[in-house]
Amino acid sequence: MDETQNKQQASTHKIGIYLWIWGLLFVLSFFSYMVDWIGFQGLLRWSLILIFMFLKAGLIMAFFMHLFWERYALVNVLLWPMTAIACFIALMAAEAQYTVFTRAFYFFVGG
Amino acid sequence: MSDNTLNNLPDGFKGMSHDMGSDQTAFKGVQWGKTMMWIFLLSDTFIFSCFLISYMKGRASTVVDWPNTSEVFSLHVGDVPVPLLLIAIMTFVLITSSGTMALAVKYGYERNRKMCAWLILATAIGGLTFVGMQAFEWSKLIHEGVRPWENPFGAKQFGSFFFMITGFHGTHVSIGVIFLFIFARKTFRGDFDTGKRGFFTTMKSDYVAIEILGLYWHFVDLVWVFIFAFFYLW
Repeated sequence: MDETQNKQQASTHKIGIYLWIWGLLFVLSFFSYMVDWIGFQGLLRWSLILIFMFLKAGLIMAFFMHLFWERYALVNVLLWPMTAIACFIALMAAEAQYTVFTRAFYFFVGG
Repeated sequence: MSDNTLNNLPDGFKGMSHDMGSDQTAFKGVQWGKTMMWIFLLSDTFIFSCFLISYMKGRASTVVDWPNTSEVFSLHVGDVPVPLLLIAIMTFVLITSSGTMALAVKYGYERNRKMCAWLILATAIGGLTFVGMQAFEWSKLIHEGVRPWENPFGAKQFGSFFFMITGFHGTHVSIGVIFLFIFARKTFRGDFDTGKRGFFTTMKSDYVAIEILGLYWHFVDLVWVFIFAFFYLW
């Protein structure tokens, strides 16, 4: 694939879509700030934070970073490794539970 | 691939280099620099993930209460403490600069040199503002006694995670700002229109470089989305 071909393929998108995504990112950031402002706690707080976070991240990756328009070969190479991160999170969450359990156990019960 | 075709190819190590360099493109229509930037960003994703996961592990396994970030990062407007005010402004500044970068890429591909250059400059100034506010935040916390090994608000681990995660992100922003200023100059000068060869490379400049720079900048914004959610809001 030579460079002249790339230039032709790099079609530009209408300015409207960028402005829309930009606006949505502002609104979502405002919402996630509101989660703290209003002072939601517990499961509601965590789920709202995660929802707004993933929406923002998805919009940035899909439209600002053009992944929505890229071919699947590239998109898959980039997204599948994320499952390894998910596994790592699960492992370390279990590890943390065990650590805090042993700390509390030896603190209250003794060695 | 049929056996006949395979039998005509060289074997062993020679075959390996032949296969790898046989002018086949896995990522069709993606300039090589862009692929390399994506692969770099993927590795960077893993680094930031390791930081955030270690933060999760540290925070979840401490028996001491975690500092209330809503109070730690509040700013006083008059006499009223506003929670996370500076962080919210930083978030909006970074999103704004991400938007101007996206538009710069668009105008770059449309060969609108002036517009593209001004937008890159705006992005750089946004990034500089962000780094400035982060420096302010760091000095404020250091004055209040936050250290990597202790802090007056709660669990000792808070300081080390704060400095490590925001510091590493801030470094990324700073490097991005430097490159944005360099690219703003190159764009104003018209390097991407004339195809002037770069300082480090013999290859001709092309507006795709602005998309690659944009990918890096959006990634910095993307990481902040996760830091904002997990470190400041959680």
